[in-house]
Amino acid sequence: MKEVINLPVKNIEEEEYHINMGPQHPSTHGVLRLVVSLQGEIVKNLKPHCGYIHRGIEKMCEKNTYPQIIHLTDRLDYLSAHINNHAVCLLVEKALEIEVPERIKYIRTIIDELNRIASHQLWWCSFGMDLGGLTCFFYGLRDREHILDIFEESFGSRLLHSYYTPGGLIQDVHPNFQKRVKDFIKYFRKKIKDYDDILTGNIIMQERTKGIGLLTKEDAISYGVTGPSGRGSGFSCDVRKHHPYSMYSNVEFNEILFHEGDTFARYMVRMHEMRESMKIIEQLIDNIPAGDYTAKMKAVLKLPVGEYFQRVEAARGEFGVYVVSDGNKTPYRMKFRSPNFSNLSALDHISREGKIADLVAIGGSLDYVIPDIDR
Amino acid sequence: MDNTTLKEKVLSLVPGAEFLENKQYITFIIPVEKMHDLARNLKNEPEFNFDYLFCLSGVDMVKYLEIVYHLESTTHRHELVLKVRTADRENPAVDTVCDIWKTADFHEREVYDLLGIKFNHHPDMRRIFLDDDWKGHPLRKDYIDEVNIVEL
Amino acid sequence: MKETDFKDNSTLELFKKSGGNILLSSVDALIDWGRSNSIWPLTFATACCGIEMMATGASRHDFSRFGIEVYRASPRQADVIVVAGTIVNKMAPVLKRLYDQMSEPKYVIAMGACAVSGGPFYYNSYHVVRGVDHVIPVDVYVPGCPPRPEALLYGIMQLQRKIKLETIANPRKSPNT
Repeated sequence: MKEVINLPVKNIEEEEYHINMGPQHPSTHGVLRLVVSLQGEIVKNLKPHCGYIHRGIEKMCEKNTYPQIIHLTDRLDYLSAHINNHAVCLLVEKALEIEVPERIKYIRTIIDELNRIASHQLWWCSFGMDLGGLTCFFYGLRDREHILDIFEESFGSRLLHSYYTPGGLIQDVHPNFQKRVKDFIKYFRKKIKDYDDILTGNIIMQERTKGIGLLTKEDAISYGVTGPSGRGSGFSCDVRKHHPYSMYSNVEFNEILFHEGDTFARYMVRMHEMRESMKIIEQLIDNIPAGDYTAKMKAVLKLPVGEYFQRVEAARGEFGVYVVSDGNKTPYRMKFRSPNFSNLSALDHISREGKIADLVAIGGSLDYVIPDIDR
Repeated sequence: MDNTTLKEKVLSLVPGAEFLENKQYITFIIPVEKMHDLARNLKNEPEFNFDYLFCLSGVDMVKYLEIVYHLESTTHRHELVLKVRTADRENPAVDTVCDIWKTADFHEREVYDLLGIKFNHHPDMRRIFLDDDWKGHPLRKDYIDEVNIVEL
Repeated sequence: MKETDFKDNSTLELFKKSGGNILLSSVDALIDWGRSNSIWPLTFATACCGIEMMATGASRHDFSRFGIEVYRASPRQADVIVVAGTIVNKMAPVLKRLYDQMSEPKYVIAMGACAVSGGPFYYNSYHVVRGVDHVIPVDVYVPGCPPRPEALLYGIMQLQRKIKLETIANPRKSPNT
């Protein structure tokens, strides 16, 4: 006769299990490992594991001179490469008390804003793709190619140009630059309406993003979430308004703030920011003064002893450079305040009690670039 | 709040603080044991309201290890820099501020990983970028790596 | 074929046409034609070169016309892994595991200066692997920082030519560890 063994029956739905959204994953936007504790489909806990693209850039900067560091800061947040370079250039110019010609400031501001539009176009195309709308991928990259054409004509390469240098630019812009930028603005103003038609008004997208991933304003400030992600929660953190640099104090633009704090608010902030960037470019493109493309600089740059900090508004948040100098031609310590690092620290908090499918939408709306996290 | 009032108020809160001249922001060196209470005061007092910690870095000055906190207030828009120094290179330990500013969580893990400074009462004190079994702390000035790092 | 005889790609294809016996060579031609014109890569992008790989797949430089129809997320279903970006010490075991999980026949394209030799991070970095061929065997190297989409397309065409040289009499074996 068989014996019946009574085993305690565990309720499987109540157990938590861990899944690994590993370093190689189509929607983690790079090499980020997320260990997610789930109960059914609800996310209970999330631990990001970084370091899979940690290249030791801060240590490398201690052995490189300041113009060489520009090539390394390019590769930090490669989608707003010019803005990162701008921070280092402004820091060196402030420390050496060099006044750059007006032409440089105009050109740098225009190129920064073009870079911001290009970065937001790439964000839009990957956000749409993550939600399942593959058309967005092709539309966004098609329009981004126009900006890359402008860059290629003036600077020589499509991505990672290292165009700014302490004191100015490495070479002057192409004579066609002004005309091509104006043509692009005319073209893109029409196309951005298509973006709204495809994705913003789409009922599936709105259901998947409204009310998802709430981040309150106090949490945004406490976690240091800046940029469009912070402004979607009502945190007024635009460095271009509060600590203006280059030509930002002379142009009129709005700081876009939404107060709902959900994924849809972060999405709308970026869509409006693209339009604001075009407004800034239009105000500057016709008035570029003539002049030199670089100020007179010494061959070897040695910063005076002391500490310096420079903040700029990158496409993803506030980018800061902190330099401790001991008088040599290489910095003693160079620290990058990376916006994506702080944005990622809020991911655990805002994705709790949401579904795992929402995690992909939240990650897309925070828009992190992993090499900037890991440096 | 303008710079002179800020300077006087901080000095009145922590008499042992040392003010550094000629810096970009108002900079103080705070004794290690007073840092946490001062940080809590700076965040909670309405006249200061330093609620935004925008940079937490560690620096290895060979004689001592230094942690630099860059603070800003989102309402009053004044900025402050606090430095904490510890001469102990074997087992440096400082109180954490991640219960006051949540962004300090990841930043302190990074400082521990690259410079070796431990933070007391941190909820999750382990390495963030390098493998858990990595030997040494790379950003220290006495970090030796014959294979990879070229001495100028 | 000796490396000194590799003058250009048309030499390669001529060599292929003139060598081998009749029966096997038509079977070879069929299999190689099928394999080379439908290489499906794995979604693997570490750093900046990943953006140029995405741009190569977008509508201006479309690599779908070369046979790369879709990206596969799972390594079991992928034919080629395009290592786009820097590989660091922490990522190297993950890359090796992905390569081991891919099923035969599998190919590797090292895209970008970082994957070829460590790139701009060659000096003074304590955490970068100087070249992905320290970890997995590479078939095609595409230099550039980042390489233009046209350069990546040329690299894919070179891989297609390399595949066309294979024969089932002597099948390609990936090294097993």
